[in-house]
Order: sequence, then structure tokens, then C-alpha cells
Amino acid sequence: MTQRVKLISHVEAINWNRIQDEKDVEVWNRLTNNFWLPEKVPLSNDIQSWATLTPDEQQLTMRVFTGLTLLDTIQGTVGAVSLIPDALTPHEEAVYTNIAFMESVHAKSYSSIFSTLCSTKEIDDAFRWSTENEYLQKKAHIVMDYYAGDDPLKRKVASTLLESFLFYSGFYLPMYWSSRAKLTNTADMIRLIIRDEAVHGYYIGYKFQRGLEKVSEAKRQELKDYTFELMYELYENEVHYTHDLYDAVGLAEDVKKFLHYNANKALMNLGYEAMFPAAVTDVNPAILSALSPNADENHDFFSGSGSSYVIGKAVNTEDDDWDF
Amino acid sequence: MQSVEAVHEDRTTTHRTTTAHRLPPPSSEVGSSGVGSSVSFGVPLLGLRNTDSALIYFSSVSDNTHRFVQKLGVDSARIPLYTSEETLLANQPYVLVLPTYGGETGHGAVPKQVIKFLNVEQNRSLIRGVVGAGNTNFGETYCLAGDIVAAKCRVPLLYRFELMGTSRDVDRVNQGLDTFWTQLSQHRP
Repeated sequence: MTQRVKLISHVEAINWNRIQDEKDVEVWNRLTNNFWLPEKVPLSNDIQSWATLTPDEQQLTMRVFTGLTLLDTIQGTVGAVSLIPDALTPHEEAVYTNIAFMESVHAKSYSSIFSTLCSTKEIDDAFRWSTENEYLQKKAHIVMDYYAGDDPLKRKVASTLLESFLFYSGFYLPMYWSSRAKLTNTADMIRLIIRDEAVHGYYIGYKFQRGLEKVSEAKRQELKDYTFELMYELYENEVHYTHDLYDAVGLAEDVKKFLHYNANKALMNLGYEAMFPAAVTDVNPAILSALSPNADENHDFFSGSGSSYVIGKAVNTEDDDWDF
Repeated sequence: MQSVEAVHEDRTTTHRTTTAHRLPPPSSEVGSSGVGSSVSFGVPLLGLRNTDSALIYFSSVSDNTHRFVQKLGVDSARIPLYTSEETLLANQPYVLVLPTYGGETGHGAVPKQVIKFLNVEQNRSLIRGVVGAGNTNFGETYCLAGDIVAAKCRVPLLYRFELMGTSRDVDRVNQGLDTFWTQLSQHRP
């Protein structure tokens, strides 16, 4: 990288007792309460399970994780840091430093998986693959270009699409293994990463929308067009990347539904309507259930099986009744 | 907050819903429905903002839930953003829409503003169902606040959706609510 990361030009002592945007405090608290380290996850319990995977499945898994490592490295070292100079409040700057550090924790956590499950040679091979894979490198370059650009709102768009969309071709696989009762401790750790990325995407997308309020209607339209163009560009590359990785195990079509579903959520984080229709976002229920055990819509009253609900009489409530 | 509202105006061309915290009902409406007397409930209801909406919701400044409710295109009332503000007083049976943000254990999952609203007995007595908003990326706490309120108030969790909802979510909730209110009216003498 030849560009120098832009630094904020002026700093005042941050006063957490004078808040301009409550969302900064809320997200700071959420992120710090969610803090975790890979050393707390008993990854070694997956050693036996790892041995049941075929060599091809093991190689796929390692490649997926080095791909995720690259994205986390970009986001920790460049992406989140590049957002700091354009922050609207000092507390927003502080939240970005938290996000940047946590991305570095994520990047390191994949190395914890590798050192627990794989040989040094396998690890080196996987990292070499990550530097040589055309589609992985392309996605890194697309995002890095926007981080180096001079439009702060475009940086936020690129950052939100990375947090809320680009990770998911990779996140699919540990959810798939988990749904088949394989690598379940690894999946537990990935779910912690997914939870963090969800807060990051939500927050950066929220700040993007606050930024939109300060620009002209013409600029807003330009940013909307830009967002959908970037999404298409990244999506096209993700489809190639997905086929490249998953064709050998026959999962590419299933992964693509997961991509569509997450692309919609990334756009919603930016305040835009979903792009992919329901017909192509019907994620495999086993994957959805591995992500969230409550995601099964059959528990909803409107979805047909709600007849078992009995409407009873409401009980008195007090503040501390809601402490669960 | 004024700049926030300005952008909503720009983005919203249809279905402008009643945001009760900014647009208090006309004074003639307050107390006119008979509950203003508050005799049967025995709690001080003075100062609460009356609403006849059958859809009441909370949405933080991120406005995800607010956008979803706007897309429904039905009359609705928004629980005030800040707990320092007086909460709403429901005059009619209603369905509550509320979001959950990701937490480690779900501790504090129900927004304080919603707790304040439900601590009013009349509001608890008139709730008929809950629609939860959330994000499956938060795993076990997906839509947890909706589950908690539904269990606490013993009403069904009607539906869950993510973020600001898709067009499919909007269709299903609109159809589901129509059927739900029809069924409820048939089961009531």
C-alpha cells in the first residue's frame, strides 16, 4: 500500500459525560459487553471431529478461514481505522477503535483454529492460497480501493458491505458443519464473530444514514446508485469465489442463497430496501437454525402452527420483572 | 432529532404514520374515549398520551422498526424515544412491535421505553399480540425481547422479522393482522 492512512487533524479530550449521539454509548456498551477471546473457546474438542473430514473438506475449510482472515485483517488494519477521521462525534471515533481491535481478535482467532487442528505445512499452504486466489484478491482490492478513496460516505458503504455481506460466503461453511454436528466448538467461535460483525454493520450503516442527512438530495441519489453498483460488483465476484470454493463439494447453490439473504440485510443496514426477492433468499433451514435456534418461523403465530397459543390474562409487571 | 425527522420526510412519500411522541393527539381526543377517567384502573394516567392505534411500536433512532411499520401503511403510534418522556396510553386493543439488539445473554433485552409503557396496567390489559424485530446474527437472542414480552403478558408472538423487514414480511404481517383481529372479534361476545 502506497497511500498513507489519513489521520484525524484535531483531537480534544473525549468527554463521555456529554453525549451527542446516544447510539455511540449504546453500541460501545454492547461491544464491550460482547468482548471475548479465542482462548476461551475449547477448540481442541474439535480435533476428533476434524479427523472425520475428508482431505478435500479439510482443505476447503482452511481456505475459507484464510479468506475470512484476510477480510478481518483488512477491516482491523485499514477499514475501521479509515472511518475515524470522518467520525461525527468523539465517541464514534472511540467505537471505531473498538471495532478495529476486535477485527484483529477475529483475524487471530482463525489462527487459533489452525494451530489446534492443522499442521504447519497445511497452514502455510492455505495462506499461500489466499495470496494467489484471483477472486479473494479481487474482493480485497475492491474494498481497499474505496478505503483509500476520498469520499467518507462511500467508505462507510464499502465497510458495511464488507461487515454484513462479504464475510458470508465464508461463514456458511462452519454453519454447515455445525448443522451436521461437526466442528461444533469452532462454530461456537464463528457465531461470536458473526454477532460482532452484525453490530459493526449495524453501527457503520447507521452512521452512514446520519451522514446522508448532511448532504444534498443529488448526493444522496448518487450514493444510493453507488451502493447498488458496488453491491453488484461485489456480488458478481462473490458468485465466482463461491463456485471456486464450493463446487467440488456441491454446495455452491446453497451458499448463494445465503449470499442473497445477507446482501439484503447489508442493504437494510444502510437504510435501503432488500434487493433479492424471497424466491432466491430461501436459506437452507439447517443453516438458519445453526445461526439462530429461534429463526425457525414455524414458531410464529402467523405462520400456521400458532393454534397452540392460549391467550391468558396479563400479570402485573414491575421494572425488575423484566430482568432476565 | 430535528435533522433526523427532516430526512424521514424526504424518504417517505406515503404512509406517514402517527408518531405520537412528536405529534400529540388533538386535545379533544384526550379523555374522550372514556378511559381518561382512569377510574377502573386506579393508576394515575394524567399526562400520558392517549392513542387509539391498534399498532404500537418502539424504534430506536436507527429507525429500522419505524420503517417497517411505515411500510405496513396502517395507523400506528410510536412509544417515545426517551424514558424521560411521558409514555403512551392505549385506549384500544393493540399489537406491539418491538426490536431486540444483540446482547450476550439477553439481559436488558426489552428496551426501557417499552418497560415503562408496559408498566401502565391499562397498556398491559389491552395488548393482544407481539411482533418481534431482530437479526438472526444475534443467535439465541434473536427477537428475544418479543419472546419475553409475549410470555410476560401471555399473548402470542405473532411474527418475527429482521431489521426493517422485506416486502414479504410486510405482506405476511398485514395479512396476518387482518386475520388475527377478525378472529379475536369473533371470539369476543
